[in-house]
Amino acid sequence: MATDFAAQGADLELVGIRKEFPGFVAVENLDLKIPAGEFFALLGPSGCGKTTTLRMIAGLESPTQGQILIGGKDVTDQKPHQRTVNTVFQNYALFPHMSVLENVAFGLRQRKVSDPVAKAQAALDMVELNHLAQRRPQQLSGGQQQRVALARALVNRPALLLLDEPLGALDLKLRRQMQIELKAIQIEVGLTFLHVTHDQEEAMDMADTVAVMNQGRIEQMGAPERLYDRPKTAFVAKFLGQSNIFVGEVAEADDTKVSISFKGHKLTAPAERVEKSKGKVAFGVRPEKTMFHESEPQASSDLNILGPGEITDIRFTGVSNQYQIDIPEIGEVTVFAQNVGKSPVVELGAQVWVSWRVEHGFGLADLPTGEEDID
Amino acid sequence: MKFSLGKYLLPTYVTLTFLFLAIPIGYTFVFSFNDSIKSNIIWRGFTLDNWLNVCGQQEVCDAFVNSIIVAVSATLVSTVLGTMIAIALVRYRFKFRNATNLILFLPLATPEVVMGAGLAAQFLDFGWQKGLGTVIIAHTMFTLSFVVVTVKARVATLDPALEEAGRDLYANPVQVFWRITFPLLLPGILAAAMLAFALSFDDFIITQFNSGALDTFPKFVYTAAARGIPAEANVIGSFVFIVAIAIVMAVQIRSSIKQRRLAK
Repeated sequence: MATDFAAQGADLELVGIRKEFPGFVAVENLDLKIPAGEFFALLGPSGCGKTTTLRMIAGLESPTQGQILIGGKDVTDQKPHQRTVNTVFQNYALFPHMSVLENVAFGLRQRKVSDPVAKAQAALDMVELNHLAQRRPQQLSGGQQQRVALARALVNRPALLLLDEPLGALDLKLRRQMQIELKAIQIEVGLTFLHVTHDQEEAMDMADTVAVMNQGRIEQMGAPERLYDRPKTAFVAKFLGQSNIFVGEVAEADDTKVSISFKGHKLTAPAERVEKSKGKVAFGVRPEKTMFHESEPQASSDLNILGPGEITDIRFTGVSNQYQIDIPEIGEVTVFAQNVGKSPVVELGAQVWVSWRVEHGFGLADLPTGEEDID
Repeated sequence: MKFSLGKYLLPTYVTLTFLFLAIPIGYTFVFSFNDSIKSNIIWRGFTLDNWLNVCGQQEVCDAFVNSIIVAVSATLVSTVLGTMIAIALVRYRFKFRNATNLILFLPLATPEVVMGAGLAAQFLDFGWQKGLGTVIIAHTMFTLSFVVVTVKARVATLDPALEEAGRDLYANPVQVFWRITFPLLLPGILAAAMLAFALSFDDFIITQFNSGALDTFPKFVYTAAARGIPAEANVIGSFVFIVAIAIVMAVQIRSSIKQRRLAK
């Protein structure tokens, strides 16, 4: 068995995975391929099936249907202790009756690897905790425990490392620091990391590829920049960052542009950024790409304009302000503006127009909840 | 009136309570050194003979040995069974789980007389000779409930993620049990075993119904009480008390040393 263990990461493939629990379906028909050596994030709200997916890969749950392949080998029926996979658990699950060093050496001893203590010490060196090797886990701070859990998993050089919300229990500052460390370690060891999280910033910051999961399905998958720039569904547009979304019937569509008529306004987006160009379509734009103007802007073919409306709320967040603009008959539009000059730029209650450049808009494949077609 | 009643009342009350509790134990201990002849009621002078020559009264030692055999056997069986039952009840969902819980609780709530008589009727029904075997079975039965309750509390606090981490780190189910589950449950299992031993060792009622001619230590003391308990009984009583206190103190000292080491 020991010969199975990879010095390099292996790729992971999920084929048609389905997991049913009594009364509900946790994961529905999931297909996923993670290339070797990649940092992959599975992002979604709690209850979306991401942790269940991770547990199936670890072998702690078995799928109702489908196959799990690691490095091209079917491991669906293998028990957790037979898989070349290690997990960093959500609350670390360090063994309280063993020293830090023995915790890290546990997997090595199980596999009868030679010189487990020296290897465990080397792993603790990597996470800079060698001086605490003889302590018990409960004597360590949260961040230190997190690093012990990481060392305990990594020392086995698994083909695939699973991280189940590993930073969830840490405070914000420590979490950001650990994100950087974790990413650095992943690059250093070159193993495949599968990171499950509900923190969209964490996923975008660390992962090479992000898959957004919702209600047991993957909604969209891709590089974080791409996902943020071109969300394909309303869920992704709202879960990954924020979006202003407008729903209207398609008025014009050609090879370059698609326009919808939205409550008397014409909104346009580039054809290659629109998923669907027939019937009722949802257009979106990110709040930081939306601008407001104190006088009506000059109408132009590369500008979408809405308004006038009233500023109903200004939230100061440090680097930027979040303006909430209420436009009669249209509703709320959010605009983020950087605080480079005076802050806030306009006062509460001011009358403003909202605009964004045509190339910044995107068209979604579905409609936001509550806006679905009845027919 | 500024005179504080509480300032004197509470210490007086506490002192009286402790005296009330300690006097019988002190009496037993003191009279284990009595140079008694036949009955051990009047102080006749100090001697170590009773301690040095416990088995002088043969029946006392026989009864004591019987009690130890019963207590050790019942403790072993009920601790092993009880631990397995406790893990099953906390960790697994199965048919009749709630019924099992209830049935295990019954011996705790049933008066001993009823249980003793019921068991005696059963053994009679089966045509089994009363003796060492029936006493061990009876003691295993009623100590089992205490073991299950004690170990269950410990299992409930054991995070299942720890066992999952073990499985994830290449330990098969048997290895997970011995390297993770068992060491973490051990304090609870030891506490349960000590409780079972103590309950079995000094049980009188159930034993009386099911032992036939077999003499156990509590039975011996009860019979002897009619004509004056021999000082050797005081010796054994004091000895068991000292051992129990020593164990409790050892555990306390050990955990306080551990705490101090952890605090460093």
